[in-house]
Amino acid sequence: MIKHDVVIVGSGLAGMRAALEVCKELDVAVLSKVYPTRSHSGAAQGGIAASLGNVESDSWEEHMFDTIKGGDYLNDQDAVEEYVKAAPRVIYELERMGCVFSRTADGKIAQRSFGGHSKPRACFSADRTGHAVLHALHEQILKESKSIKIYSEWSMHSLTIEDGQCKGIVVSNIRTGEVEVIQGKAVIFATGGYGRVFKITSNAFASTADGAIAAFDAGLPIEDAEFVQFHPSGLYRQGILFSEAARGEGGYLVNGNGERFMEKYAPSRMELAPRDIVARAEQSEIDAGRGGGGKGPGEGFINLDLRHLGEARIMERLPQIRQLGIDFIGVDCIKDPLPIQPTAHYSMGGIPTDMFGQVIVDSEGTHMPGFFAAGECACVSVHGGNRLGTNSLLEAVVFGERAGKAALEYARKTGFEKINESHQKTKVLKVMEEVYQSDGTESYNDIRNEMKEIMMANCGVFRDEDRLKECVDTLQKLQVRFKKGKVTDKGKLFNTEIYEILELSNMLKMAEIISTAALNRKESRGGHFRTDHDKRDDENFLKHSMLSKSEDNSIDIKYKPVVITKYQPKERTY
Amino acid sequence: MTTFRIKRYNPEKQPEPYFEEFKVDATEGITVLDCLNDIKWTQDGTLSYRMSCRSAICGSCAVKANGHAILACQRQAEHIADKDDTVTIEPLGNMKPIKDLVVDFKPFWDKIDKVKPYLHNDTPAPEKERTQSPEEFRLIDDASTCIMCGACYSDCNVLEVDDNFLGPAALAKAQRFVGDSRDKSTLERVKELSEPGGIWDCTHCGECVERCPKPAQPFYRIKEVMASALEEGVHNNNGARHALSFTKSVKHSGRLNENQIPVESVGFFNIKGLLELIPIGIRMLLKGKTPPILHRSIKEADDVKRIYRELGE
Ligand SMILES: Cc1cc2nc3c(=O)[nH]c(=O)nc-3n(C[C@H](O)[C@H](O)[C@H](O)COP(=O)(O)OP(=O)(O)OC[C@H]3O[C@@H](n4cnc5c(N)ncnc54)[C@H](O)[C@@H]3O)c2cc1C
Ligand code: SF4
Ligand code: SF4
Ligand code: FES
Repeated sequence: MIKHDVVIVGSGLAGMRAALEVCKELDVAVLSKVYPTRSHSGAAQGGIAASLGNVESDSWEEHMFDTIKGGDYLNDQDAVEEYVKAAPRVIYELERMGCVFSRTADGKIAQRSFGGHSKPRACFSADRTGHAVLHALHEQILKESKSIKIYSEWSMHSLTIEDGQCKGIVVSNIRTGEVEVIQGKAVIFATGGYGRVFKITSNAFASTADGAIAAFDAGLPIEDAEFVQFHPSGLYRQGILFSEAARGEGGYLVNGNGERFMEKYAPSRMELAPRDIVARAEQSEIDAGRGGGGKGPGEGFINLDLRHLGEARIMERLPQIRQLGIDFIGVDCIKDPLPIQPTAHYSMGGIPTDMFGQVIVDSEGTHMPGFFAAGECACVSVHGGNRLGTNSLLEAVVFGERAGKAALEYARKTGFEKINESHQKTKVLKVMEEVYQSDGTESYNDIRNEMKEIMMANCGVFRDEDRLKECVDTLQKLQVRFKKGKVTDKGKLFNTEIYEILELSNMLKMAEIISTAALNRKESRGGHFRTDHDKRDDENFLKHSMLSKSEDNSIDIKYKPVVITKYQPKERTY
Repeated sequence: MTTFRIKRYNPEKQPEPYFEEFKVDATEGITVLDCLNDIKWTQDGTLSYRMSCRSAICGSCAVKANGHAILACQRQAEHIADKDDTVTIEPLGNMKPIKDLVVDFKPFWDKIDKVKPYLHNDTPAPEKERTQSPEEFRLIDDASTCIMCGACYSDCNVLEVDDNFLGPAALAKAQRFVGDSRDKSTLERVKELSEPGGIWDCTHCGECVERCPKPAQPFYRIKEVMASALEEGVHNNNGARHALSFTKSVKHSGRLNENQIPVESVGFFNIKGLLELIPIGIRMLLKGKTPPILHRSIKEADDVKRIYRELGE
């Protein structure tokens, strides 16, 4: 059995930042199913928020208010306060590590506007901010390679909880298919989001809910799963992202009739209204037949027009976005508008934690000893019902650091407890063996496509009771069909088919959790919009949902109160 | 229907690689990666390859298509297919295949590690950020776009014959620090980078620039490091080594024969690259330092004269 003081699953911003904290004193392992620099954080384009005030005066209070208003008041305000206060410090730290940032004329970190932020607060590195931060952290990991062990292309399958305490994880080496138990005094999950359950998504293939489902299977709840952010500018059909920076720099959204339709939906912020509002505006235009292409969810497009920005500005600030347009659809945004559509982008919900990254197991905030989570897989909740752009890289760094500190603190005081290695390993081996042996008639590919279709159509930008019921029902049927799938690759060596099937199993479960939570939230708030309950309902739903596995394997729904300190809920208009 | 000829390899089953053909309906807008997925998901689940972001930023999906390294997610199949509507897909070169299109990146990462790829600056940090002008940022902007995809490494001629060469990606990464106004180890860095296996072993073939899917463009970065090395007074005192590896690589790949090909046809990159270095070389000469940069082929008196003539114009 492999042992490390602290084991981290995930090597995006959250996982690597956590590792850099733990390695100061203890032995730490970072496990990732893709090589660390291939983590999804690298895809983040637009920026990372902090009230540095390098361009216009700014304050943490304003950052806090914008975040809470953007989140439609579902955020836990005590956590938001800590988080925005920490922002400038963590950015300066990244800069000192060597992170490459675009600069102002006087040499400071440059900042730009972003949707929902009242000040230019997004620190950026051209249009590849996530990439810049990810590589800066990776450089530090290489520097500390003596105290950080990387398990690259290893996959985590399950979380080991025994005697009310987290003791490690069961993993396998993708290259050899070998299953191992890794014992840790503390475990940190930093496994990212789960946008892959939707047909149109900006997320990487690795964003499949493995972490959330491992926690769920171990009996832990998932918080606010119904809150999924749809980003307004996904490339038509592909879903990959044209950063909001394109609108931050002044891009227009134009419908099929050539109108800047945001006038109708958010007259003061226009294109820079928060994402949920812009995505709904686009979807309304498309549904009303005022887009290009088809009608309805997942079909049709809107134009993102950048031409008036001029070549020089596009080349300086948005070079990668321009290249994406050229490579993927042959459109040069200097000359022509880009066709876009709402794309599933960010998971506000996740594994519930307190503001120190410590995982909690119930509505009362009871801790699960030894288990921590940070980044997109966690729900603190600093984003509430809708995350503002550039706030999530910040979350990954701030709470990565905090979870690292807390895990270090915990592991220092804890020994390696007895762990039932063979039992834990056998459980996973059995699941894997079932997949290896599956020789049914169903195509996993069909099941995956049907899941993605129904999630997009029935649990997307607009939702209602009938569609959600149908969605839950379909997902349950798909899970039955999943058991009759057929695998073709029976080998052990770099068998990516097996891993994709295991991921599909996680996604089916996650999709059911998302749509069940959505069905039960009979109001509209942030990223969750019910056409049959189109108003926010603070009286009944100013609370976090907590879904967990019940005795009979169905889904149990509880709620947890929202922490409100400084800002009382108000109507949200832009 | 586009034909994909894919190099298959699974040592668990059969020791030798072989080609297998698949047909895919590669309509407009379909990337090579979409085609691989289509094959895996609907025709043969045993096909292995790496992928993650699908937006040319994670560096997972580099493979060889029709002989040259590309990012599978970045290229549309119809733009890659040859006139028979066929695309030949193979794993990246210069790394050992593990299974099908998956290769072992270990040597690649080991070399990245060798260039000490992290900022070195022990001076007390200011309370806020260390300032850096937009011009200084621009000096490292390109190098910092590298996504570690290995496309350059795969197709580098020197690596085909010399395992010790750090290779284009590691050297581009090195430039990211050599050129960083905040880094305090420029001299040590360029000294180390001038050791065998470093910048002077590059043959200026320019292949990596052709292959790089990002503005990182390693050869240009290598030239920048060469320039910094000369500025710092670090000389290559073993020019023969360079010439030797060049000769070896040329012999091996058979692409260039420097004894037969007049200098102007050795390639655009070669000449242009060297020309750009010459002024620095001359400056060094004037300071009483010898320029070490001249390539064997252009050491021939006539060519050197010609280059000087061009420079003068
Ligand atoms: C296209 C795009 C653009 C974005 N732009 C911005 C932006 O400009 N600003 C902003 O603030 N946010 C942005 N976001 C959101 C932000 O990038 C993410 O929320 C954030 O990077 C998440 O970081 P993370 O560390 O939590 O997870 P990730 O970076 O997603 O990393 C997850 C890690 O977990 C590992 N993992 C997962 N499952 C397993 C398993 N079973 N076994 C082993 N390892 C596993 C993966 O290998 C990976 O290393 C963007 C997101 C996308 C999709
Ligand atoms: S220019 Fe140098 S580094 Fe680039 S491919 Fe040629 S030999 Fe290799
Ligand atoms: S330099 Fe270019 S080709 Fe080489 S690894 Fe980096 S991005 Fe890929
Ligand atoms: S899949 Fe990430 S670069 Fe192609």
